[in-house]
Amino acid sequence: MEHEITLIVNGAARRVRVPARRLLSDCLRHDLGLTGTHVGCEHGVCGCCTVLLEGRPVRSCLTFAVTVDGAEITTVEGLAPGDGRLSPVQRAFAECHGLQCGFCTPGFLCTVTALLAENPAPTEEEVLEGISGNLCRCTGYQNIIKAVHRAAELLAEES
Amino acid sequence: MKPPPFDYHAPRDLGEALRTLAAVRGKVLAGGQSLIPMLNMRLAAPGHLVDINRVAGLDALERSGDGVLVGATVRHADAERAEVHPLLTRALKLVAHPVIRNRGTVVGSLVHADPAAELPAVLAVLDGRVRLARWDGGVRVREVRARDFFTGPMESAVEPGELAVSAFFPALPAGGGSAFLEVARRHGDYALAGVCAVVTVDGGLVTAARAACVGVGPVPVVVDVGEACAGRAPEEAGWAGAAALVRDAAQPEDDIHASAAYRRHLVGVLAERALCDAAREGAARGA
Repeated sequence: MEHEITLIVNGAARRVRVPARRLLSDCLRHDLGLTGTHVGCEHGVCGCCTVLLEGRPVRSCLTFAVTVDGAEITTVEGLAPGDGRLSPVQRAFAECHGLQCGFCTPGFLCTVTALLAENPAPTEEEVLEGISGNLCRCTGYQNIIKAVHRAAELLAEES
Repeated sequence: MKPPPFDYHAPRDLGEALRTLAAVRGKVLAGGQSLIPMLNMRLAAPGHLVDINRVAGLDALERSGDGVLVGATVRHADAERAEVHPLLTRALKLVAHPVIRNRGTVVGSLVHADPAAELPAVLAVLDGRVRLARWDGGVRVREVRARDFFTGPMESAVEPGELAVSAFFPALPAGGGSAFLEVARRHGDYALAGVCAVVTVDGGLVTAARAACVGVGPVPVVVDVGEACAGRAPEEAGWAGAAALVRDAAQPEDDIHASAAYRRHLVGVLAERALCDAAREGAARGA
């Protein structure tokens, strides 16, 4: 049996028919064509599929699309302001070489965007704790940590 | 790595949820942070899922002088941020990663009853209880104490057709201090072993001390070490002796992550530290 649901994705209402077992990650990628959300482990360990649900980062591979019917979701496609510029967090990752292959990057960007919204000036320890649920197999994390601090600076400059 | 098909139910109120559970005997979906991985890996294939996320009134988090009542859909992150109970807050910071805690629920962790999970040990050491409801012509409620609630690894006293609607964590007494320490290979993993402790200090003397261990038995192992240290000052209460009692009560097993002997050693070390920390905090709060 299929369910008709509405998701507010990156500010736009999207109606979609899905079976109950459709993971939010697959709904975003296959039903809505938003392939920026990456799918890694599909059991909540790697963090690649992290999106913002009502502003809070969650694993889209551990969420059913039907459960979040009516909710606001922000994916990596919705982080930039839309005028061709990157968001401060995205700029910081580019500047600090916080990515190499880019597979984990959408999850990191969503996680860090929410982290800095809640805590605009995190300590080193808070950054480590904040990104502890996201795996990266390229960078060795040091440049990602630098990018989080740099993003905090950029956000502070902008506000 | 995709969940098997199931019939989905999304009740709006408690009566509807309980009637649905009575009719279909399905699996309850709350935060899904343990259930959905099991579905994705096809370790579970329930015919029906009853999603309680829309059930009104289950998201209450109520603090009173006696303790904290946590509703079935209260997320780990919300309970953590509310800082309603010092031991519960400490334990929540050790549950998985922050992003998982945004979705996972406190009551869900209890019902899932993983022997390595933190929250069952907290409920057990505090002698808390879980409220279960079922439909039998009306809403029927029963309360189960922690000691009777955890019946085996990943097994709780929740019967088919029942819904865990809330959990109650008793407040620490005046002069009560707490600690939760664990060792995990990687941040956010289930611990190899962990110990939480509650120590009460009154008039400069220890009056009660309890510890609960995780990861070293089929259910949380609760040890009352009050007799070993009551009546002594916290700094000379002989915590090493008390910790040995905790270590001897543990029932660790070998697995690919650690040997039973190593886990037993960890319990002894962590128990001594946790009891000391809890006693220090109790002395400060009681002063």
